Amino acid sequence: MSETTVHAQQSGQHHPIRLYLAVWGLLFALSAFSYMVDYLGIQGYLRWSLILLFMMLKAGLIVAVFMHMAWERLALVYAILLPPLLVLVFVALMVSESNYTIFTRLAFFGAAS
Amino acid sequence: MTPTVQTHSDPDLRSAGLRGVAADFGSDQRAFKTASWGKAMMWIFLLSDTFVFGCFLLAYMTARMSTPVAWPNPSEVFALHVGGQDVPLILIAIMTFVLISSSGTMAMAVNFGYRRERSKTAALMLATALLGATFVGMQAFEWTKLISEGVRPWQNPFGAAQFGSAFFMITGFHGTHVTIGVIFLLIVARKVRRGDFDEERRGFFTSRKGRYEAVEIMGLYWHFVDLVWVFIFAFFYLW
Repeated sequence: MSETTVHAQQSGQHHPIRLYLAVWGLLFALSAFSYMVDYLGIQGYLRWSLILLFMMLKAGLIVAVFMHMAWERLALVYAILLPPLLVLVFVALMVSESNYTIFTRLAFFGAAS
Repeated sequence: MTPTVQTHSDPDLRSAGLRGVAADFGSDQRAFKTASWGKAMMWIFLLSDTFVFGCFLLAYMTARMSTPVAWPNPSEVFALHVGGQDVPLILIAIMTFVLISSSGTMAMAVNFGYRRERSKTAALMLATALLGATFVGMQAFEWTKLISEGVRPWQNPFGAAQFGSAFFMITGFHGTHVTIGVIFLLIVARKVRRGDFDEERRGFFTSRKGRYEAVEIMGLYWHFVDLVWVFIFAFFYLW
């Protein structure tokens, strides 16, 4: 973090309106792109990677600029943004669990009804 | 030099990077040097809310991955009949644009708040509340449409039964957050317009002096609601 931004925080966040309008426009464009993924019927790995890409870009812009995380000190950034990454461990657990569940359902209850 | 700077009152002398993180957390009295307690507590609340929505989306993922029955195609389920043809997911796309616009007006309200432009701040917050209410209205329309088509938490005519429970649970909780946000926005907008933050009038509930930072803290909550929608849109509607 540069020293000028530390100064800016002493009396709240001061940024030019232009910056917010630019991010607003970008969010609009990214939302349009993710809608187009569905509209054009893109399937498979390309669909999933595009959805995740646009999702992460939108989330990053909202958190960094609209929520001013880009100008906070690293102590707050790490305290807030690192814990949610642990959800990914939970995801890994549940993917494994789901695979086991569907395996048992198919093995013992036959195919889909 | 660096080990002593964190106790220094001049913010320019605070160390940056990882050394700054260590210095901030190891320092006296407060860890978040530039964020006020109000802002820090809102962030911590939002972190807990992240886990709530994270668990909902995880439950949805688990249900969808573990059912042998085909999952309903959201592109078709949420299509609207416009001008003689089905447009896929169009209502959800409009809802997304409405919510992003409300985030834009909120960000500008925070900006005008710090410039102490009272009427512009209040007007932008009212615009945000209006867009939020529009979003909830469209969601009510969507729920009505799905319910009339026979979607229930325990069954639906399109495919896997878990679709209904995941849909009502996730969008219902998100809609509740938007509704609370609209009420919260109206309260803060009224305070801004009345000039509470200019004359440091004490709040009716906390009896603390109001500051324009309240608008920014309100904004954090509102942007979070938009942020959650980004993930719901990606995982529930597009996946």
